Amino acid sequence: MQASGGSASGPFMSVDSATVRKIASLARIATSDAEVEAMVPELNNIIGWIEQLGEVDTSAVQPMTAVIPNILRLRDDVVNADPLTGGNIRDRVLANAPAPEHGFFGVPKVIE
Amino acid sequence: MTDLTNLTVAGIRDGFRAGDFSAREVADAFNANVAAAKVLNAFIVETPDHAVAAADAADRDRSEGNVKPLSGVPIGMKDLFCTQGVQTTAGSHILEGFTPQYESTVSAKLWAAGAGMLGKLNMDQFAMGSSNETSFFGNVISPWRRSDGGNAALAPGGSSGGSASAIAARLCPAATGTDTGGSIRQPAAFVGISGIKPTYGRCSRWGVVAFASSLDQAGPMAHDVRDCAIMLEAMAGFDPKDSTSLELAVPNWEVALSGDLRGKRIGIPKEYRVDNMPAEIDALWEKGIAWMKDAGAEIVEVSLPHTKYALPAYYIIAPAEASSNLARYDGVRYGLRDLPDGAGLQDMYAATRAAGFGPEVKRRILIGTYVLSAGFYDAYYTQAQKVRTLISQDFDRAWEKCDLLLTPTAPSAAFALGEKSDDPLAMYLNDVFTVPSSLAGLPAMSVPAGLDGQGLPLGLQIIGKALDEQGVLNAGLAIEERAGFTARAEKWW
Repeated sequence: MQASGGSASGPFMSVDSATVRKIASLARIATSDAEVEAMVPELNNIIGWIEQLGEVDTSAVQPMTAVIPNILRLRDDVVNADPLTGGNIRDRVLANAPAPEHGFFGVPKVIE
Repeated sequence: MTDLTNLTVAGIRDGFRAGDFSAREVADAFNANVAAAKVLNAFIVETPDHAVAAADAADRDRSEGNVKPLSGVPIGMKDLFCTQGVQTTAGSHILEGFTPQYESTVSAKLWAAGAGMLGKLNMDQFAMGSSNETSFFGNVISPWRRSDGGNAALAPGGSSGGSASAIAARLCPAATGTDTGGSIRQPAAFVGISGIKPTYGRCSRWGVVAFASSLDQAGPMAHDVRDCAIMLEAMAGFDPKDSTSLELAVPNWEVALSGDLRGKRIGIPKEYRVDNMPAEIDALWEKGIAWMKDAGAEIVEVSLPHTKYALPAYYIIAPAEASSNLARYDGVRYGLRDLPDGAGLQDMYAATRAAGFGPEVKRRILIGTYVLSAGFYDAYYTQAQKVRTLISQDFDRAWEKCDLLLTPTAPSAAFALGEKSDDPLAMYLNDVFTVPSSLAGLPAMSVPAGLDGQGLPLGLQIIGKALDEQGVLNAGLAIEERAGFTARAEKWW
């Protein structure tokens, strides 16, 4: 299955179960075989519908990067410039942690 | 004594200031309505103590001659806003039990203005949905029923379904909602109330659980236009903690409200007359046009040529942004953790997310991941972002010929729960009229305008130029004044 990056009107790319498995893996969502099979027609239905965007001639425009024109502000380069987003709040940061340990987020070991 | 729960926000605010009743009486009345309406499932968490505490503070403030803009007014808070010390779930199992350690800017502003919280309102999971059928905490039921005598449970719309249902059932006089592709406007239309999505950047997104960051906007939902103006003034304003927040003063929208539209040109976009549009909705649109003329406006037909591409563009961009925003839910720092025996870190991520996200959320994350993946990014995501520019330019060209646009809000009245949940695409088509203005970041509002043949509410939408919430509110008021919409859901709960 070839991808046509950059082309405004590529052929209909249908997804198969191998593609769904790959996407699910990228998205880090465990998906059973049955769920993968169920997803294939669902995603194809939706992707088939969004394919119509390929009809539009977009050669004269740029992608929209700012919804309402605005400047990107930089805050003052000061530690704890805003108390609501500042530091020294470790206990609050850990308050919802599933497995806090000694002031860290506990996680299972990474198996290489 | 008047049933206090029939009062609007303005009615409560002014009656409280005049000494007609105490804030405590108001809080008690709404708390009682909330407690008696569990069958609607509008609330995920009820917070009667918060409402009472705010009411007591308001009564104290009043006795000291110190009332605030919303003193005495209890409201509902959509469960997408982080509320310090109170569970915030975004309607999802993956955040069940999550207790924010900080308050969102919008909710903080409302509490500072004197409002009290009746509870956290149910919603479509992560704001993904148009019927409030994707919540982990169960469907919200609309207080409305069809006049055919059947008892079919109806959808309140979504994703702010709990907000809509609660206001229509008089469980709260107003509520916050959020609108990414129509999630304030469409539920408002379904239950016969008003709701406005302001210009992108008017309300801070800090502390709002993110779905699609270039589209999400907080906004008020309430019975009428004046209430929406009052609420929006309290909610809006520059926040340095949101990099997309507009550094502009909040206009005095309420004071400047006027239904006089002389000198205004109202555009009717021809592409919004879609195939299979129900005759009733078309007829209501015609009535709306007549009302606009009656208010002094000139009517102009305009064209927004890329309208039909707005929905597919949205269903690339929003899922793409969601796939990025929802990557943070991995079981490490907060929320659900699912750790199968012997699982390593990657397995924990995959198991947690599989267990924590509902099917619609997974669907959208997968679509988003796909359209952003190597080899497809340009064909889908970049193309959608370019189409988005074209859609925005369509509006810019329309503004050369008109000041505001009038359209229906939704392609149908409320449908029954379960009626559209088999086909995700059928559900997405609910947003056909609301999505274009979301993509362009424009202010847009729905006001109740009539009833359909089965006695269900229908709404009309006004879209305005960026930063022209006043124009939108004023046109909404002109419709409200002429529509005479007084219908209420008959209490069956």
